[in-house]
Amino acid sequence: MKLAIYIAFKNLLGAGLRTWINVLVLSFSFVAIIWIKGIMLGWDHQAKSQLIEWEIGHGQYWHTNYDPNDSFTWDDSHASPSDTLLNAIKEGRYAAILVAQGVIYPEGRMVPVCLKGINTTQQVLKIPTSFLSQEENSKSSAIPVMMGAYMANSCQLKEGDQFLVRWRDKDGVFDAREMELVKVFATPVPTVDAGQIWLDCSTLQNMMGLNNEITLLSLPSNESNELLFSNEFQFKSKEFLLSDIEKMVQMKSKGQSVFYLVLLVLAMLAIFDTQVLSVFKRRREIGTYIALGYTRSEVVRLFTIEGGVYALLASALALLYGYPFLLWQYRNGFKMPVDVAEFGIAGSNHIYPLFSLALILGTFLLIAFTTLLVSYLPARKIAALNPAETLKGRLS
Amino acid sequence: MPETIIQVDNLIKKFPVGKGFFTALDTISLRIESGEFAGLIGPSGSGKTTLLNILGSLDSPSSGEALVLNKSIGKLGAKEAADLRKEAIGFIFQTYNLLPVHTVYENVEFPLLLLKRTKKERNLQVEEALEWVGLQSKRDSRPSELSGGESQRVAIARAMVKRPKLVLADEPTANLDAKNSFHVLDTMKELNERLGVTFLFATHDDKVIQYLRRIIELNDGQIARDYTPEKRQQS
Repeated sequence: MKLAIYIAFKNLLGAGLRTWINVLVLSFSFVAIIWIKGIMLGWDHQAKSQLIEWEIGHGQYWHTNYDPNDSFTWDDSHASPSDTLLNAIKEGRYAAILVAQGVIYPEGRMVPVCLKGINTTQQVLKIPTSFLSQEENSKSSAIPVMMGAYMANSCQLKEGDQFLVRWRDKDGVFDAREMELVKVFATPVPTVDAGQIWLDCSTLQNMMGLNNEITLLSLPSNESNELLFSNEFQFKSKEFLLSDIEKMVQMKSKGQSVFYLVLLVLAMLAIFDTQVLSVFKRRREIGTYIALGYTRSEVVRLFTIEGGVYALLASALALLYGYPFLLWQYRNGFKMPVDVAEFGIAGSNHIYPLFSLALILGTFLLIAFTTLLVSYLPARKIAALNPAETLKGRLS
Repeated sequence: MPETIIQVDNLIKKFPVGKGFFTALDTISLRIESGEFAGLIGPSGSGKTTLLNILGSLDSPSSGEALVLNKSIGKLGAKEAADLRKEAIGFIFQTYNLLPVHTVYENVEFPLLLLKRTKKERNLQVEEALEWVGLQSKRDSRPSELSGGESQRVAIARAMVKRPKLVLADEPTANLDAKNSFHVLDTMKELNERLGVTFLFATHDDKVIQYLRRIIELNDGQIARDYTPEKRQQS
């Protein structure tokens, strides 16, 4: 084996440019696969952590009737938490949200919206709720509200603009008031931005006639405290709340896998082509090996090892330029060529890839295995040649 | 009493051609003793190379017996045949068949690597073999940098470096000019005499034939004549 490795190295290094072109292509695939997978891992990680920071906290309690995807359930999805919890909400230890339907009329246009009242003291979510406090906005009689940049842009609204809102209270009575956009915030999470208007929870409770009632509650830590809630609220774990995004990232990841599969196939084609070409170009050499005392299986082994050496050299080359590149990417991130919000999932437009040891080792093993395979297949063909004919440079 | 290196009895070799067979060797019997400098001669298609390939365990007989160093070629497994070639048989080819990415030194060293000789042993034996063929100064050259004569001398050194009992040379001078042919033949003859290695050629080159001490003439796969050059002159 040692001798075969030595000869394989010697043969490849002796082949000069042909070897290095193959090694370069293979190393490119190696780095590209790790990079693409790293982007997906980073995206997954970022999307989840941003969703935790901006929307779900470390788990939520939902009113039993509440279905975020069915607005008809919202009218009946509210209840009063216990007094203990109300105090905790006032202290900002939980983010309490009341959800209601409404319609706004910016510049005469009608836009259906989801009104979300949130306690301004909350410290669980990154939503800048302090802008909503009445003290800050006492000069105007309009209701101070916030919206995300995407929503503001789609409604053609800017900070300071006022617009009419119409809603139905708990008894189904329509009412309307002026709202003032006091803050437009940038968020990487589309589900706290698109179609949403954020206002002080107590203001919305007054508007709806739902004193102290809330729809859901985000928790600061991953705990379900049954004592805090009545039967009207149901605990939703962080894992449950993240499952949708996990599925979406997995779906995107599968799409990306096709891309790196193509890369891998291209690299393997280069190796396969070289090894198949060897059957024709190196047939005399193969005959010579056999004449000097190699068995056919040893020739197969030699050519398969040559494939393995390709993988080793490609890994070494990939390390040479891939390590600084991936490190640079890890530190500086990657600007997505399209707006991530268009994908409908959380994630900033600047993704910081994550590279795990498992990813790097897995990619190396994948490349090594496929390289060995595409080297072995033509080598089997070589082994079937008649040595007496190959010695003369002929194919039998 | 000289040792029998090759013993062939009623050897037949047939190749499939279409639905039938072509008989390349037809009931060949011969014996070659240790230290001989013999040649198979005859026109193209007479079976010289086929016989040489069988004796070199690169091919097997269809029927009959071919014993090389008391080993029946037809009964050898792939590993045993490879071991026989590795340990006891040296090959010299018309097209030299040097390994292109290896230097002269490495080409000559190759058979010793297969025999797992130590580095010290290899160095001694390679230097000696290069001295036999007068190519010490070319030890670091690659085959592409050598002339035809030099390449064939490297091939001789490679065949001889492991001190084989038998060297099979298939048209060794076919690609060489007269001067290089004689140089190569002188080298082989000297090694035969000095080391007692048995040489068996397949050739139709007159320059080679005039060096042979025994000539086996093949025609249509059969031995037409088996004689020493003196007898040929007499006849």
